[in-house]
Amino acid sequence: MSYTEKELKKELEGKSYEFGFVTDIEAEKAPVGLNEEIIRLISSKKNEPDWLLEYRLNAFRIWNEMSSPDWAHVKYQEPDFQNICYYSAPKQKKQLESLDQVDPELLRTMEKLGISMEEQKRLTGVAVDFVMDSVSVATSFKDKLADLGIIFCSFSEAVQNHPELVKKYMGSVIPASDNYYAALNSAVFTDGSFCYIPKGVRCPMELSTYFRINEAGTGQFERTLVIADESSYVSYLEGCTAPQRDENQLHAAVVELIALDQAEIKYSTVQNWYPGDENGKGGVFNFVTKRGLCGYRSKISWTQVETGSAVTWKYPSCILKGDYAVGEFYSVALTNNYQQADTGTKMIHVGRNTKSTIISKGISAGFSQNSYRGLVKIGKGAKNARNFSQCDSLLMTDRCGAHTFPYIECENPSAMVEHEATTSKIGEDQLFYCMQRGIPEEKAISLIVNGYAKEVLNKLPMEFAVEAQKLLEISLEGSVG
Amino acid sequence: MDTVLKIENLHCQVQGQQILKGLNLEIKRGEVHAIMGPNGSGKSTLSSVLAGKEDYEITAGQILYQNEDIGELSPEERSWKGMFLAFQYPVEIPGVSNINFLRTALNERNKALGRDQISAKDFLRLVSEKSSLVGLDNKLKNRSVNEGFSGGEKKRNEIFQMAMLEPTLSILDETDSGLDIDALKIVSNGVNTLKSEDNATIVITHYQRLLDYIVPDFVHVLYDGKIVKSGDKSLALDLEERGYDWLKLEKAL
Repeated sequence: MSYTEKELKKELEGKSYEFGFVTDIEAEKAPVGLNEEIIRLISSKKNEPDWLLEYRLNAFRIWNEMSSPDWAHVKYQEPDFQNICYYSAPKQKKQLESLDQVDPELLRTMEKLGISMEEQKRLTGVAVDFVMDSVSVATSFKDKLADLGIIFCSFSEAVQNHPELVKKYMGSVIPASDNYYAALNSAVFTDGSFCYIPKGVRCPMELSTYFRINEAGTGQFERTLVIADESSYVSYLEGCTAPQRDENQLHAAVVELIALDQAEIKYSTVQNWYPGDENGKGGVFNFVTKRGLCGYRSKISWTQVETGSAVTWKYPSCILKGDYAVGEFYSVALTNNYQQADTGTKMIHVGRNTKSTIISKGISAGFSQNSYRGLVKIGKGAKNARNFSQCDSLLMTDRCGAHTFPYIECENPSAMVEHEATTSKIGEDQLFYCMQRGIPEEKAISLIVNGYAKEVLNKLPMEFAVEAQKLLEISLEGSVG
Repeated sequence: MDTVLKIENLHCQVQGQQILKGLNLEIKRGEVHAIMGPNGSGKSTLSSVLAGKEDYEITAGQILYQNEDIGELSPEERSWKGMFLAFQYPVEIPGVSNINFLRTALNERNKALGRDQISAKDFLRLVSEKSSLVGLDNKLKNRSVNEGFSGGEKKRNEIFQMAMLEPTLSILDETDSGLDIDALKIVSNGVNTLKSEDNATIVITHYQRLLDYIVPDFVHVLYDGKIVKSGDKSLALDLEERGYDWLKLEKAL
């Protein structure tokens, strides 16, 4: 062949992560380190009520008693929690009344990320909340949503304007004591997104949050709380990017979903945090706790496309509490170079006739390690519960690893639990077949990988699916061997 | 008549093992050549090296396609120039629809040749025209490439792809294997319909049976990496009757 893989790799070097830029915006930062003083500072900066400060301090005490989890199939140097800045806010005028008041540098950042708020405002039906470093900087479409009684705002605003909802639901699905990183988040979270859909309302547009780490030496600790009241529906999207840096940055988020009786929440993530360079230097540690609570005949559907982060530790889960509740988890996790991902889900069946579906597609390239870890738990009272799990792994090289850790705990004999798993290596024969038909190798790889991940990509909203497809393509360039 | 393919003294090795040992062949436009031979004679190696598969190393001699030495060209470049291989074992590509696959193939070629992308309308017209040629079931078009296809459906799909790509040189590698007589007729009929004064076909087969339907102008016997005998279609009948052993004897003498 006239074009060797080496040449190709050379050509593609540096092209791999196109969101690696840094925005030059003046930021207001807290001193580095973690102690009660810092937490009090964050709380007062955000003008929080006492109960919330208490919540944070309590979480901090819990966290101090805990040690970091070591059961995941990942290896990394634990972050130095005293060397992180826990509060960084782009400096700007106090209250933003409209987009015109947003720092132009910030608007340029959003445009570079492909979110032109101006255009979003006019053209599309997607409402966006943009969270940079620690604070939410802009939310579009607020008024239109408010007409329907939908609340979509930053977490901080929700604390100020809807404290009763925040107080009632925050921590109700993921208590501060849940795990090490959830406890840390509960102590130091700075912002995030909040969403409430009233009874019987079908949210007419996709709600979307865009997370971005910008400042060096900061951690991002955001919280997302989505409440779908009875018989309501919402589709929620989350996107993430970060600049290219040599050091590891910590992202420890908490996402809580509450689907009340007969409500439906669709939560989609395209995670593209900076994955580190081709030697495994730098990159984001993505330690996230995501969980949803389902009431009677309600449904929560998680869809994730994970291509970024040096280390991912993440298990979006569903507690199927109400009878006939449905939980779904669709995941594509791609790791390249020295990335490590340990991701999966937990489906906790509590109610009768509850149903869950798990489709997980792992893709490993380079020297990466990709693990699926999942728990299907059928409680004593979960009569006629059903689960179907399918975990597939695709290997791109013979130096990477794919692992599957499925756990099944069943306490009710009427339950039906199915588990299927496959592992395959991308076939030379498949590639040759495509190339013989005139499809060059790179294109053939993306065709095959996208075909492999199709079941999951199909679950994403349209515009996101296209973006995710491109992302898989970029993340895999020059990776077969 | 001009020459489509000229193979000169071709030596080819795979993982250090010499398989082709001085093969010569010349094919002109409008001709159908059948290549027969016992197992292990190098038939599949010939189709792989012509299509440019990795690990099939040319150690001596050359392959001239339309007067150009294509030994260094990638498989896709050969494809863009009009070479097509109908695979003996077509692979499955889960999640990629037949239609999407072919559209990608056509557009990649158009891109490489500096032509415009095919419009959705023209593409669909082409699909319906060509699929009727091989009697390809409508539902197979939207299914994933070869996934869950029967043996016959896979081979039919190969000929459908061939029709879509309109190659100058088609190589059919044991297309008859695994086909019942009805499927064989349909596939042969497709190949015959696509035959023209401008293109050429190589039919690689084990059995004479296929040649009742795709009538060759020339028959060559491949044995131990070389063409040891060439003739017209009566040679195929001889082989059918006498097997390959007499050739071995002839060669030994």
